[in-house]
Amino acid sequence: MGRGGHPMNALDVSDLSFAYGAKQALREVSFSLAPGRFAALLGPNGAGKSTLIALLTRLYDLQTGDIRVGGHSLRDAPRPALKQLGVVFQQSTLDLDLNVEQNLRYHAALHGLSRRQTALRVDAELARQGLTERRRERVRELNGGHRRRVEIARALLHEPRLLLLDEASVGLDPASRLALNQHLRSLCREQGITVLWTTHLLDEVQPDDALMILHQGRLVACGQTDALSLEHGGDLSAAFARLTPSGAVQ
Amino acid sequence: MNAYWQCLRGIVLREWLRFVLQRTRFLSALVRPLLWLLVFAAGFRAALGISVIEPYDTYIPYEVYIIPGLACMILLFNGMQGSLSMVYDREMGSMRVLLTSPLPRTFLLCSKLLATSLISLLQVYGFLGIAWLYGVQPPAIGLLIALPALLLVALMLSALGLLLSNAIRQLENFAGVMNFVIFPLFFLSSALYPLWKMRDSSEWLYWLCAINPFTHAVELVRFALYERFTGLALAVCLGLTLLFTLLAVLTFNPQHAALRKKG
Repeated sequence: MGRGGHPMNALDVSDLSFAYGAKQALREVSFSLAPGRFAALLGPNGAGKSTLIALLTRLYDLQTGDIRVGGHSLRDAPRPALKQLGVVFQQSTLDLDLNVEQNLRYHAALHGLSRRQTALRVDAELARQGLTERRRERVRELNGGHRRRVEIARALLHEPRLLLLDEASVGLDPASRLALNQHLRSLCREQGITVLWTTHLLDEVQPDDALMILHQGRLVACGQTDALSLEHGGDLSAAFARLTPSGAVQ
Repeated sequence: MNAYWQCLRGIVLREWLRFVLQRTRFLSALVRPLLWLLVFAAGFRAALGISVIEPYDTYIPYEVYIIPGLACMILLFNGMQGSLSMVYDREMGSMRVLLTSPLPRTFLLCSKLLATSLISLLQVYGFLGIAWLYGVQPPAIGLLIALPALLLVALMLSALGLLLSNAIRQLENFAGVMNFVIFPLFFLSSALYPLWKMRDSSEWLYWLCAINPFTHAVELVRFALYERFTGLALAVCLGLTLLFTLLAVLTFNPQHAALRKKG
């Protein structure tokens, strides 16, 4: 992880700024993620996390700076860039009335997968998420933890190299939160997928994670968690308090 | 090319599944035109005499006259409602999913408009089926010929709905759309009364009706149902569908909604 761009990086964000009219939401944000890293993006409410996610997912158009996913610019080559990106949004975006498999098939279609590819990928992801038995259940009937797993299965269907999760643990009980966190780490280790996980919960971050802290639209810290923690006397909470003076993290 | 086809197929299939799974919502959309047909038309038939007008070959009862208008009314409501919810309503979540597709946004939006239009056609034919049982029976071949006409009208109105929801902040509220878009389009058209009747009462109202795109939509469907062709209505509907779609795609930007909320 670093601030410079590299063709092999899973994600390069360079000099990214964004404003809502006169209100500046992001200011010259730059960072890179190497393949297979678990990276946590922390910041209090209003820090600019949601804006960054909206830009990463092409919901908003870039104003200044660039985002490269797997070396492909979202500005110049959005199609190959989006192909390498899987997203789990903060609020559930599943069709509650459709069953698990129907939701996955819809997503596969949006990515242009053939019927044959879709059948193979749906089976594989359902098995990986332990959802094979639930494939015919309506999403409405699933609990929060299972719904999140369906969203992760969906986000991984097209075999992205970068998985983006926006506050994905919100609304989950502690056990489901822990299970989800561990599951994503195993994806990084075993599949070489890069995970960018936005959160405002410190206990979801581990010492060897890459860590970025956003505050008032600026990247105020960027490095490995244990190193950042050491810089502030070995106390991560104290580091946050110092770096985000008016912010509240838990 | 195959990726585009799979994507379109997936979007249409999803709308179909939602249609099947949310039957009550779609059945309730049939209540409105049926009330007009079974109650309003029954009450009005005595008051409103219809002379022989194109495309009909003979005197027709009022119920027969308003069928094309009511079919288009279904498309009008669905087009406005569907497009508004596409941007602002609870569909915002699924819209985000749609936009993470690597395929071009223009293609995704057009596919979505086509999918919702096809589902609206099912409702129209459901309505025409009930009307058939009630005794309003256009020629069977006319029902087939009207299919492309109805699809074109559905696309035109869906694109208009999307364009309006992109452009006008106040239209986030569906009641506003009812008052300022749906009602004027519907009542200032040939859906409920022939234009010569309108001309009898007011020349300027007649001209408003004559330039209303919804009038041309209704007439296109009316003529098609009776195996007739009207070039003017087709040209207007085709031209406006292209124009509305182009403008809707060009002005579509979820960022605008965010900027308005924060601004």
